[in-house]
Amino acid sequence: MKKYTKSHEWIEATEGIATVGISEHAQEQLGDIVYVDLPGEGDTLKKGDTLCSIESVKSANDVYTPVSGEVVEINNSLEDRPETINESAEGEGWICKIKLSDESEVDGLMSLEEYKKMVESEG
Amino acid sequence: MADLKRTPLYNEHVRCGGKLVEFHGWELPVQYANGIIKEAKAVREDMGVFDVSHMGEIFLRGRDALKAAECLVTNNVSKLKYGEICYSPMCYEDGGIVDDLLVYKKTSEEILMVVNASNVEKDFNWIKQNTESFDVEVLNKSDQYAQLAVQGPNVEEKLQEYSGVRLDQIPFYSFKEGPFNGIDCLISRTGYTGEDGFEFYTSTEAVIPLWRKLIEIGAKPAGLGARDLLRFEACYMLYGNEITNETTPLEAGLKWTVDFTMDFIGKTALEQQEEKGLERRLKAFEVTEKGGIPRTGNKIFNGDQEIGFVTTGNKSTTLNKIVALGYVPSKGYKLGKEVEIEIRENKRLKAKVVKKPFYVGSVNPDKHSKKKWKQ
Repeated sequence: MKKYTKSHEWIEATEGIATVGISEHAQEQLGDIVYVDLPGEGDTLKKGDTLCSIESVKSANDVYTPVSGEVVEINNSLEDRPETINESAEGEGWICKIKLSDESEVDGLMSLEEYKKMVESEG
Repeated sequence: MADLKRTPLYNEHVRCGGKLVEFHGWELPVQYANGIIKEAKAVREDMGVFDVSHMGEIFLRGRDALKAAECLVTNNVSKLKYGEICYSPMCYEDGGIVDDLLVYKKTSEEILMVVNASNVEKDFNWIKQNTESFDVEVLNKSDQYAQLAVQGPNVEEKLQEYSGVRLDQIPFYSFKEGPFNGIDCLISRTGYTGEDGFEFYTSTEAVIPLWRKLIEIGAKPAGLGARDLLRFEACYMLYGNEITNETTPLEAGLKWTVDFTMDFIGKTALEQQEEKGLERRLKAFEVTEKGGIPRTGNKIFNGDQEIGFVTTGNKSTTLNKIVALGYVPSKGYKLGKEVEIEIRENKRLKAKVVKKPFYVGSVNPDKHSKKKWKQ
């Protein structure tokens, strides 16, 4: 089941590996994405670190990692087709997979319902 | 978004899925439902329409209207015939730029200056203050005019049958007044995209049916985001970015708009700058390595030495290249010269000097030249 952050990332964890991306709402706000500065495989990150930068025709936006761990796989197809995030932010537009160093960090994140409420209240 | 001004087309923008943002005191669509890239592509390949009703319209009226205009702007307005337009910077005494604008010669006693939305008040005060000795009335009629820019290679062909004036007889940088689909307009062959096209000035009431008609004919609504991307690809100046009160027309590469045979405000400063030689110049760059996109204000380096700054940077979606405009020293930065742009702390990308403009669209001053049309 997907979990969400206040800074509009999503993660889906299975067997200690979390797939990370930005939410459908975030992609809509960004507009046309033209460049993704992907993280490096093997990068070790702490929860809240900058994971990568996503650039739309309007602006550059940092993406933060919702969990701590090691980057074990990267969605390299985003290099040539960054617009995949616009087309499928919470599917084919995933950014990377992180091997969790502390699985309990996932529990602290929001459910889809909680996230939707937060987005609505941000209006 | 309280206190923001809205154009008469506000409800149309909402209906078209416009994402509204604040822009210099106006609430305007940065994009519509399809997004900036598709909007820009529609303009490059077919026809798009922009609501530019926020632009300012300042009139000079009276016996000295032409003389007053001549003294205000750097370009040679005295050469204009009735129905002709010129692009020009308007300078301070020190050569810095007050604004860049279009000057329309309606009659020898009526000149229309179309100025940037962000500068209307400043320009109006500047113009009034500097024309006191002339027999001229300065009128800010910005609130009475709405303006649409219809841009793209197919505009003339697609709009002709609805126009009461022959669009093919409006040369580049000229205008005619007449009905379009029964609506009284001033139609000029001008724009800010690098594509051929027309700008329509009409009343705030008439602009709603005009907008609807243009969309019915096939113009795709395009927002501020596409407008900025398109003007950037064509290397047109944006006030506040490439040109400001701290840059001169010479530094910005606008020497072609400065006529030293005329007497205008700022002439002495510009002559001195010309004589001394320019210290810096606006250049175009292409980023040659991956890692991000330069943005306004990013520093430009040659080795360890900071040499300038980026005025605008983006991905050109037409060319699929990451490019930037920026000021660097005028000497030593010829085509092909390598520099580095610092896109964030500790991250610099290699770039090289390339030719301006990045992209040449369907705008064709020769094909639609005033001279050819008169023969």
